[in-house]
Amino acid sequence: MNLMRRIPPLLPFLLCAGVMVSLQQLMRATGTQYCLTQLTMSLYYAIVVMGLCLLMGHAGQVSLGHGAFFAIGGYTSAVLTTHNFSAWGHSSLGGWLQQGRVLIAKEDVFGNAILTVSPWAAFLAAMLLTTLVALLIGYPALRLRGHYLAMATLGFGLIVSKLLVGSTLTGAADGINGVPPWPLAGSLTVTGKTAARVQNYYIACALVLLLLLLLRNLLRSRIGRALQAIHDRETAANAMGINTAAYKLKVFLLSAWLAALAGVFFTHFTGGIGPSEAGAFKSVRYVALAAAGGMANLWGVTVVSTALNYASLRGWFGSLDNAVFGILLIVIITLAPQGPLKPLGAWLRRILGLRNLSEERLERS
Amino acid sequence: MDPGNLALQYFLSGITKGSIYAVVAIGFNLIYSATGVLNFAQGEFVMLGGMVAVTLAQFVPLPVAVAGAILAVAVVGCLLELLFFRKLRHHSILHLIIITIGLSIVIQEAALHLWDEKVRSLPYFTGNEISSVRVFGAAISPQVLWVLGAVGVSVAGLHVFLRYTLKGRAMRACSSNPEAAMLAGINISNMRTLAFGLSAGLGALAGCVISPITMTHYEMGGGLAIKGFAAAILGGLGNPMAAVVGGLLVGVLEAASVRYLPAAYNDVSAFAMLLLVVFVRPHGLFGAPAGAQVREH
Amino acid sequence: MNPALSSTPFASDGPSTASTAVQPLLEVENVRRSFGGLVAVDGVSFRVLPGQIKGLIGPNGAGKTTLFNLVCGLLRPDAGRIAFQGRPIEGWKPYRIARAGISRTFQNPSLFLQMNVLENVMVGRHRRARRGFLGCALRLPGQAAEERAIRQAAMQQLEVVGLAHLAMFPAGSLPFGQRRLVELARALATEPRMLLLDEPASGLNTKEKEDLADLIRQIRDRGITLLLVEHDMSLVMRLADEIVVLHHGARIAEGPPQVIQNDPTVINVYLGGNLDHATSSQES
Repeated sequence: MNLMRRIPPLLPFLLCAGVMVSLQQLMRATGTQYCLTQLTMSLYYAIVVMGLCLLMGHAGQVSLGHGAFFAIGGYTSAVLTTHNFSAWGHSSLGGWLQQGRVLIAKEDVFGNAILTVSPWAAFLAAMLLTTLVALLIGYPALRLRGHYLAMATLGFGLIVSKLLVGSTLTGAADGINGVPPWPLAGSLTVTGKTAARVQNYYIACALVLLLLLLLRNLLRSRIGRALQAIHDRETAANAMGINTAAYKLKVFLLSAWLAALAGVFFTHFTGGIGPSEAGAFKSVRYVALAAAGGMANLWGVTVVSTALNYASLRGWFGSLDNAVFGILLIVIITLAPQGPLKPLGAWLRRILGLRNLSEERLERS
Repeated sequence: MDPGNLALQYFLSGITKGSIYAVVAIGFNLIYSATGVLNFAQGEFVMLGGMVAVTLAQFVPLPVAVAGAILAVAVVGCLLELLFFRKLRHHSILHLIIITIGLSIVIQEAALHLWDEKVRSLPYFTGNEISSVRVFGAAISPQVLWVLGAVGVSVAGLHVFLRYTLKGRAMRACSSNPEAAMLAGINISNMRTLAFGLSAGLGALAGCVISPITMTHYEMGGGLAIKGFAAAILGGLGNPMAAVVGGLLVGVLEAASVRYLPAAYNDVSAFAMLLLVVFVRPHGLFGAPAGAQVREH
Repeated sequence: MNPALSSTPFASDGPSTASTAVQPLLEVENVRRSFGGLVAVDGVSFRVLPGQIKGLIGPNGAGKTTLFNLVCGLLRPDAGRIAFQGRPIEGWKPYRIARAGISRTFQNPSLFLQMNVLENVMVGRHRRARRGFLGCALRLPGQAAEERAIRQAAMQQLEVVGLAHLAMFPAGSLPFGQRRLVELARALATEPRMLLLDEPASGLNTKEKEDLADLIRQIRDRGITLLLVEHDMSLVMRLADEIVVLHHGARIAEGPPQVIQNDPTVINVYLGGNLDHATSSQES
């Protein structure tokens, strides 16, 4: 904390950007650029975990259902950009939507002319739907505490995943494939095409850095303090004039947005999405990653979750993938509930001869 | 078959599954009351019970295998308490939730590697899969009677234990007021271990009797835990006996939804009910609303 | 317990009659609250005039803290009226009551332990600042200035309670007495019209109690009205302008300290109450 104050505020971001660039250069030099695909996916997953860091680490509210928001974002985009709306094409509404570039004409794989929603419009729809669902679930759920909130969000996630598996519109157990690229602006396009791999890696990096910056600003403000106050002592926070219920709902919504945003990008990047993204295990995994990164430590959760997801996506853990996550959860919570980065940071500070005020005080007393 | 009969058939199958949920819910409650931990790994006890019994049954007679499985899983339950929860008692609820989730994953994975991903089952305790007895005109498998009987007896036994024996009363004292219990000379830590063991043993029993009907599979625990939790909440958390009613309700509702909803939405109704209950009546159907929530800490 | 007691002639608003022209800051009228079968506060009425230090005393279990929680919104009254500056506030959520200008401290200091001392007090400035989620995340113009203003104001309050030198220390590292003061600074940072202090002197040593008494007077001189629950009789008698005595959830006396000290009912309750307490605890 005190160390952070002494270093220029943007330095960690520059450092992080430096690491991101050198990773790519390293992979180019060693001819392993194909690994960038998994790294990009891990970065998108990390956005979900960043949202949980805010919700769980700072506001102290548990969610075991954030995979569902990721899926809601991804599926809304996927359905809207692949579903054929040509039946609407001749109605006046359809014409109007086409003029507004909400509906766009193109050809499917068989060369038939189809009408689908444009990725940007689908993105807006996804965020809108996420907002609706998050408010609907968050409003009653956030009046609950601890176990009840955990179960309510878990139940919500399970309902979403069962609905996705059970519905033909969302491709049932197969999910949705053939999601088109998402042209962001100019030549920037979110797509999984090999030629655009490096570009997409940097799109993900930029998005993560931008969100990190915004969230860090948020946490170092009255809002961040209000959230922390709710986490520490809800009653006292309320007595200080903080509308705790409203803040909890807002931060829940924000974390749901982050998850959905990640879902949309992820879906366009990989070209599809499956029902396992909404599964309880995915949601639990996000929580595990947040815990592994130290829960309240924005940098910690981002770095740890990117690294672990990357390792998992590259298949480093083999058939022990789930077991590794389970063991990781237990070990970290048992030995270092603040996350492994904090003790590591303290150790580094000691080595470097830097001291915390609190440590000095402890030594004096 | 006439519609009334069919309804009875569904009802009985609901009661059968529901009684398993009830056992899981009782297990939840036992541990929750004694330690304040909501054990997400509760369903794994059921799975382990079935798995161990299936393995033992290859070498020893069925009753011995079942008894061995219950004993083994109870030991596992005690060990979990000794190894993890005893040390972590002062962690936050969030941390404890995550630990139990982690344990659940690890137990599942251990079962996958110890056994495999195949579906197994114990033989029918009496008769076989086609034998049936007629109850009120509905044909049911004798195993259903085994399930209902075993659950009924163990619930009654537990009730007697908690209410009339010294140990049981000590356990209840621990849950209602740990400090006072400690002052009265009760060893709270041992009570907590006992609660874990008891709840694991009960789960294992349920896992054995249900195995011939629903089969045993390494992944079965998660779903059971969630439905068992729904049952526990429905009855009111901390009230083991009300959980029985909760469990049966969840089971019957699930059976009814199989009848009226597409198969793909099978579990949706159970989870939707869980959400509804948690939102509308978090203290459960039989629990009293929590009093003044002014207490800090 | 004994409704007749609450309407004893003595309990009529003796001192307030002299100043009926002044609008009371806080009016509590016939407030009642029970938990299950236990009536914790039973038809209590009193008023606090602007600029007063009002003491609230009574034996253990008299319902003082419950009354506090009713006033600041942590509990809803079953019946009765609570008005602040003439506006009914009963049933409001605590944060609304805080925004209306009532701040409080807790019996056990309720600090935000993950934050440092200064940040704790800065939370008190929450309602005095405007920026929302978007403004803070984007660092919109004015946000930095607002943050600086929050920091300065919080620092000022720390100076008032004499803890400015501990600003950067983790709140959890402070001893009990200092936590009390941080909590006080946090409550003051909201710039309340009225401050409720729940047993501010408990757990403090004699020196600290003296400092606290000075501080409370200083706060009053800044124009903040105080209502305090306190067990330390000598402290209350010295500080308070008026005292309300509760017993078994009912008001049994109200008046200036010297009147209360000589009131036979109060003496009876305190002396008898203590004896009562001793014997009843043996019985149960």
